[in-house]
Amino acid sequence: MPTVIVDGKDIEIGAHERLNCIEVARRAGVEIPHYCWHPGLSVVASCRMCLIETGTRDAATGKITMMPKLVPGCQTPAKDGTVIVTNTALVKDSRARVEEALLIDHPIDCSICDKAGECLLQDYHFEHGQAERRTDLHPFHSRRRDVGPTVTLFVDRCIMCTRCVRFTREVSGTSELMVINRGSKEEISVFPGFPLDNKLSGNVVDLCPVGALGDKDFLYQQRVWFLKRESNVCGGCSAGCSIVTEHNQDTVYRLKPRENPHVNKWWMCDDGRYGWHHLHDPARLLSAGRLVSSNDDRETVEWSDVTTRLRQELSGAGRLAVAVSPMLTLEEAWMLCATARSIDQQAALFVGHVPVSGSDESFPGGFTIRAEKCPNRRGVEAVVALFESEERGWSDLVAAVSAGEFDAAWITAGYPHAWIDDTTAAPFGQLRCLVVQDLFDSPLAKLATWRLPAAGFAERAGTWVNAAHRAQVFAAAVRAPAGVWPEGRLYWNMLGRRGLYDPAAVRRQIAESSSSLAALGGEIPAVGVDLRIDQLASS
Amino acid sequence: MTTFQPVLLEAVGVAGSHTLASYRSRGGYAPLERMLKEKQPTDVIELVKASGLRGRGGAGFPTGLKWTFLPKDHPGPIYLCINADESEPGTFNNRILMEDDPHQVIEGIILSAYATRATTAYLYLRYEYPQSWDRLQGAIDEAYAAGLLGKNIQGSGFSLDLYLHRGAAAYICGEETGLIESLEGKRAWPRIKPPFPAIEGLFRKPTVVNNIETMACVAQIARRGVDWFRSIGVPSDPNNPRDPGSYGPKLYCLSGHVERPGCYEAPLGITARQLIDGQGGGVWKGRKAKAVIPGGISMGLLTEAELDTPLDFAGPGKVGCLGLGTAAVVVIDETVSIVDFLHNSCRFFAHESCGQCTPCREGTAWSLRMLERIRAGKGRLKDLELLAEIGNTMGMMPGSTICGLADGAAWPIKNAIKKFRGEFEDYIKRTNPSGWMVTDPVPALPIVAAH
Repeated sequence: MPTVIVDGKDIEIGAHERLNCIEVARRAGVEIPHYCWHPGLSVVASCRMCLIETGTRDAATGKITMMPKLVPGCQTPAKDGTVIVTNTALVKDSRARVEEALLIDHPIDCSICDKAGECLLQDYHFEHGQAERRTDLHPFHSRRRDVGPTVTLFVDRCIMCTRCVRFTREVSGTSELMVINRGSKEEISVFPGFPLDNKLSGNVVDLCPVGALGDKDFLYQQRVWFLKRESNVCGGCSAGCSIVTEHNQDTVYRLKPRENPHVNKWWMCDDGRYGWHHLHDPARLLSAGRLVSSNDDRETVEWSDVTTRLRQELSGAGRLAVAVSPMLTLEEAWMLCATARSIDQQAALFVGHVPVSGSDESFPGGFTIRAEKCPNRRGVEAVVALFESEERGWSDLVAAVSAGEFDAAWITAGYPHAWIDDTTAAPFGQLRCLVVQDLFDSPLAKLATWRLPAAGFAERAGTWVNAAHRAQVFAAAVRAPAGVWPEGRLYWNMLGRRGLYDPAAVRRQIAESSSSLAALGGEIPAVGVDLRIDQLASS
Repeated sequence: MTTFQPVLLEAVGVAGSHTLASYRSRGGYAPLERMLKEKQPTDVIELVKASGLRGRGGAGFPTGLKWTFLPKDHPGPIYLCINADESEPGTFNNRILMEDDPHQVIEGIILSAYATRATTAYLYLRYEYPQSWDRLQGAIDEAYAAGLLGKNIQGSGFSLDLYLHRGAAAYICGEETGLIESLEGKRAWPRIKPPFPAIEGLFRKPTVVNNIETMACVAQIARRGVDWFRSIGVPSDPNNPRDPGSYGPKLYCLSGHVERPGCYEAPLGITARQLIDGQGGGVWKGRKAKAVIPGGISMGLLTEAELDTPLDFAGPGKVGCLGLGTAAVVVIDETVSIVDFLHNSCRFFAHESCGQCTPCREGTAWSLRMLERIRAGKGRLKDLELLAEIGNTMGMMPGSTICGLADGAAWPIKNAIKKFRGEFEDYIKRTNPSGWMVTDPVPALPIVAAH
C-alpha cells in the first residue's frame, strides 16, 4: 500500500486512489485550510491558503528530502513516499499572510453578514490569522450586486476563490458568472441581461466560503448559529438528494445539500432547495375532519378517536381500495397496507398518484433532476408488491372506482402541489366512505368523508428509495404542526402497536418479510444502501 | 567591442528592409531552404542546442532543451507560439525586429516549427504595435505567396500555417501560459504547472512558446553557424556545471536618462556602464546615474556602484537582481527620487496583476497603497518593514504564486528598500516629521484609482 507521511504520521492510501495532499491530510486528522479548492470542481490553486511543505521519503533508505519552496496542497498529488508537513513556521506564516491579504479589502461586517458563524474566512482567521492589523484601515462599505433571481452578491466580501464561476462552467454548464476587472479590482459579475438563472444556482451560495454570495431566500432570516441541522432526504423528485434540513423551533429556514457520492455529490437543485415553503403554508390541513353534512361541513375529531372511528367506518363500508402515495416512507406505506388488510382482508392496494413534470434534466456535472416529482415510487412499489400479486397504479384505481368496483377508498396523497382536478375526483363522490390524507384541500378532499392532514417531507421519518434503487434512512427534522399526526404515527396507532412510532422496528419487520428488501435489516450508512446489490454476498 | 557588427539589427535603417526582396538580397531564407532540404528536424534541434541559445524573452531558458521536452512521436498537432506580447516596461527589441526585419523572424519561426514538428504557429502580438502588425501581416502574405509558408514549403513536404493574433493589451499575456489561455479566448490567468506547455499547452496539445528575438537568433544560427554564435558572449562557468553560459548577440533596449536611448545590439556580457557610456553616450545632461534597471522593471535595480555588472544571464543575479530579463536597461539619474520610482513600479504591477493568486493580487495593491501614503507625507518607518516583507514573500520563488509576475513585482520593492533604504528613511522622516515613528494602523487615504 502506498504510504504518505503527514506531519510525521504514516497514512496508508489505496493503491489506485488519486488524492491530493488536502485529502490525505484530512485522513490523518490534519486540516489544511483552503478556499478555492473543492472536490467537485477543477483545481486552480489560486487562493494559496493551502500552501504546505512537501518532500519525498526514499523507499530504500528512508531518507527524507524536502522541497525548498512551499507548494499548494490542492495541486500536489500524494503518492507513495510523499511527505507532507503542515506545522512549520514557514507554513504558519504563509497562512497568516494570506489571511491578512484577504482581509485588506474585506469589509469586516460580520455583524450583519449572513455567513457569520459558518464563514471560512472567520474560522481560518481565528485559527491561522494574526491579531494585529497592519494594513491601512479602510472605511467600511459593502456594495451589493443582484446577480440573479435567487442569489445576491456582496461584492466587497468576495475573496476571489472563483468557486462559483467554476461551478457555473463545470457543473451547471450555464457559465453565467465570470470575473471582471483585474488585480485587486476584480469582481464576480454577470453579463447584462444574462443573470445567474439556472436550476442549480443555489449551490454557488453553499460553495462561497465567505458571505459574498447570499441566498435571497435565506437572507437575514436567521443567524446560522441558531439553526439545528438534521440529515434528511429531499422529497422534491425521485433523485432523492441527501440534504440537511436547517431549522429552529420547528420552522425550516433552509435546505442544504449533504455530500453523497452515490446520489447528488455536493449539489442539489433549486426546486428542492426552495421547495420547503409549503411546510409552513397557512393553507395546510391542520386537523382531522369528519364530514357531518353533505355541505362540506366538518367536525374536528380528536386523533385518539380517529383511530377507532376510522377502523369502524371502513370495516362497515364494504370493499376497500387504498392508494399508497409515493410521498410516504417505506415504513408508512407498509403500515398503511397492513392497516388496510387488517380492516378488510380483501382490501385492494394501489400505488398512488405519481406526479410527473416534464422530462429528466441532466447537467454537465453529472447531476440530474428527475421528472418524477415524488421521492419514493420504487419503495412504495416494493411494499405494495409484498401484499399484491399484481401491481396497479392510480389510473387503475380511478377506473375501478368509476366502474363501481369499490365501496370505500383510502387515498393517501401528501403532494406539495395541486394534483387532482374535479373530473378525476368526481367518481370518488359515489363511494360510501372516502378517506383522503393530504397536505392541502383539493377537489378530492372536498368529497372526503374523512379528511386527514398529511405530514410534509421534513416531518416524516423512515426510508425513501430513489430512482436508482438507493434506500436512504432519515429522521424527522421538525415536528408536524399542532393538530397533525404524521401518517406513521396514525398507522402505528391503528395497528395497535405500543409506544411511539418507531420506524426502525417497522423497517426490521419489512426486511425480515422480504428478500428484495432484506438489505434494510442491517445498519444503513448515511449515504444509503443500494437495494439491487445483495448485501449478504461476499464482496 | 567596437568591432562588433550588428547581425540581428543589420537591416535597421535600410530602406525597404521589411520586404522579402530585401531580406533575400541579404541572404535570407537560403539557410531555411538548405535546412529543409538537407536536415532532419532533430538536426535543427541539435544545432540550436549546440549553439547554447537561451530564450530571449526574459527567463533565459535554453531553447534547444525546451524543444526536447516535447513528447516523442506525438501524433500532433504540436503548436508553436511566438510571444510578441512585449509588455515589460522599457522593452522594445521585438518591435524593432518585427517592424524592420519581419522576415528574419518568420524564417526563425519556420525553422523552429520544422524542428518542433509544429504545423501551426501563432504569433501573439501585443495590441499597442499597429506598425508591427502591418509589417508582419505584409511579410506573412509575402511568405505565403513565395511558398515559404503554407502547404509543402519549398517542396520539402513540411507545411506550416502562421497566424497573427493581436492581444488586448495586458502584461500578463506575456506569461507563457497566460498567453496560451488568452489565445484560447479565455481570461489570461496563468495556468498551474505541471503540466508544462511542452506536454499540455495550447488547446491541450504540446506547445512551445518562444520569443521573437529567439526566433531571429535561430535564423541567424542557421545562417552563420554554431561556431559564430558561440564565439560571441560569455562562456559557461567551468566551476558551475549548471550554468549554460550566455552566448550570442543580444538586443539591449537603452532608455531613461541617457543621451542616446535606443535598441542596441551587443554581445551578451557587456556591462551596464559600457552600454550607457558607449552606445548610450553617457547619462543625460552629464548627470550621474543613481540606479539602473538591468533588464526591465521587474528585474530590480543596479546601483551606480554595481554598473560594472556584466549584462549576461548570470550577471544581474549576482548583485541581487532577478536576472537579465528582457535586457531593457533603464537609467535613473540622480535627480530622481527612488520613492517615486518604486511608486511607479508598484502602480504598474498593481494594475497588471492578473488577480488570480491572493499574495500577488493583494500584495501588489497593498504595496501601491503604502507607497501612495508615503508620497502623501504619511509614511512610517514601519512601512518599510512591511514592504520588504511583501517583497520577500510574494512570488514563484517563495512558492506563493502561480506565475512569475509577483516575483517581478517583488524585486523592485526588495532591491529599492535594500539598496536605497537610507533615502526612503530620509524621505519618510522629512515628509512626516510627527508620525514617522507611529506603528498603529492608520486610516487609509481616499483611494486613488490605480487604473
